[in-house]
Amino acid sequence: MSAEHQIEAGFIPLFDSAVLVVARELGFASREGVNLNLHRETSWANIRDRIAIGHFDVAHMLGPMPLAFNLRLAPLSADTIVPFALSLGGNCVTVSNAVWAGMADHGAEADADPARAGAALRKLIATRNAKGEPKLRLAVTHPHSGHKYELSYWLAACGIDPLADVDIVIVPPPFMPDTLAAGHVDGYCVGEPWNSLSVVRGTGRIVTAKARIWRNSPEKVLGVRKSFAEARPEALAALLRALHHAARWCQAPENRAALADLMAQRAFLGVPAALQMPALSGRLDLGAGIIRTIDDFFLPFDKAANFPWKSHALWFYTQMVRWGQVAHTAENSRTAHETYRPDLYRAALKPLGVALPAANAKVEGALTVPTPVGSAGASLVLGPDGYFDGKVFDPDEIEAYISAQSQAPSK
Amino acid sequence: MSAGPTLKILVIDENKIRASIIDAGLRDAGYSEVTLMHEIAGIAARIEALQPDVIVIDLGNPNRDMLENMFQLSRAVKRPIAMFVDQSDTESIAAAVDAGVSAYVVDGLKQERVKPILEMTISRFNAFSRMARELEEARSELEGRKVVERAKGILMKSRGLSEPDAYALLRKTAMSQNRKISEIAQSLVTAAGLLGPGHDE
Repeated sequence: MSAEHQIEAGFIPLFDSAVLVVARELGFASREGVNLNLHRETSWANIRDRIAIGHFDVAHMLGPMPLAFNLRLAPLSADTIVPFALSLGGNCVTVSNAVWAGMADHGAEADADPARAGAALRKLIATRNAKGEPKLRLAVTHPHSGHKYELSYWLAACGIDPLADVDIVIVPPPFMPDTLAAGHVDGYCVGEPWNSLSVVRGTGRIVTAKARIWRNSPEKVLGVRKSFAEARPEALAALLRALHHAARWCQAPENRAALADLMAQRAFLGVPAALQMPALSGRLDLGAGIIRTIDDFFLPFDKAANFPWKSHALWFYTQMVRWGQVAHTAENSRTAHETYRPDLYRAALKPLGVALPAANAKVEGALTVPTPVGSAGASLVLGPDGYFDGKVFDPDEIEAYISAQSQAPSK
Repeated sequence: MSAGPTLKILVIDENKIRASIIDAGLRDAGYSEVTLMHEIAGIAARIEALQPDVIVIDLGNPNRDMLENMFQLSRAVKRPIAMFVDQSDTESIAAAVDAGVSAYVVDGLKQERVKPILEMTISRFNAFSRMARELEEARSELEGRKVVERAKGILMKSRGLSEPDAYALLRKTAMSQNRKISEIAQSLVTAAGLLGPGHDE
């Protein structure tokens, strides 16, 4: 098929841009008639600016970013929608060897268990406070990111106040390992391969993973300028079909080596293929050669990973409210409700006859075992999707969730 | 120059040559309080000490997310800082992004006071890009000529050709393959390096 749809897409060199990269490089886009031009960017701010002024039609974005734009929390924001999610999971929390030693003294074990690691970290912080030592500095990639919210959620659930007991700072992902090694930060939450890199260098230890804090939780999405979606609905639908096929290819175990080789190219990630295998297999070296398998570590396709659940967007919104980034009002919550667009996902993929969730939102954390769910077309299995502290998020009970969480963390 | 106290401008650019070109442009235009920073380390303290009215940063700098977060939260920044002045002025915003630069200004500054600074910065960024491009073209042409010379030498030695014949052979091959002479020459040099005990070493 000849390319009839020209689409400009921005991406940040991170492993979870893989679905976009594969859509172009393996021809899934051109088979749908899309000439997908990829533009590598250096910051999320650049992605935002180029979406706003029309250089890009779509972009690889942090899941909460489009919400932040629509809630006008960022400068130069264009109305942005999310018709497709690019991945679930993929992040870890890594700390310096010194912090790890302190955590181990307080009961942490190399098992990636968030509850045990968090309890140890809380005791370490209490010890440090008693000695008058400075606050631990923990880095995330962006103030409106899954990293920021899952790190804060984990800390708070373990009795650590992320606003008072630690300093959370912003560091670009590729700089995380060096910043940790230089002692400028004590730990960070970031996507792979930037956790494994610190482990390989012997300068950090992985203490837990996003998939252990909240299994099957949202990470990157395809952000689309709303005016583009409205002006060129057929181009967008063709792109979503291409991304669907690309995501399926990325998930298949037999393609892991080829995917790692592709992403290793300088134009994309530019880090050795071997360093990308932990993200793909979920087998992570936590440090000192202790290998653990994290179930559902990174999902580019399975468990309806590409479906833009409104409950994901609403959970991000509750965390923006929780950490004082936005006021909870009826209008803001409506904006959060309208940003993710499962209707566009369904409309684009319907001709393919693939499994499509029937609901727009789900109760997050409700599934304790893999569960077949009501869907159009073929069968669809979701979950388990629990939060590590056993809480659930019911998007229909958002008021109750916000008021319960806004209390200080239990000490 | 307009009346009133001169604005304090901070230019954050890892490229020292470009930063000095911007600095010169701003000083020529009458802005005397220009500070250049090439590294991001310690930036919060610098901004706190400097209290700049306008901050200019190149878009290639991956620390924009960190900077924007700092502008929103840090106690180092006493006055709120916004991006550009007039967000409805999409034309100049697009011109800035095209040139590869972004600007942050303290709240309350008037558009007409900031616009000449932004325009000067954009024009200097564009001039630098042009210069860098011309330099790169000149460099690759020089490289190309060097590699053609080496390829000619290999042909002359291995096939006993005269210099004009060696060049004619390269040109003919390039034309028949629809490639540049320098590309053919490069392939030949690479192949010779692989095949033989060094023509060069």
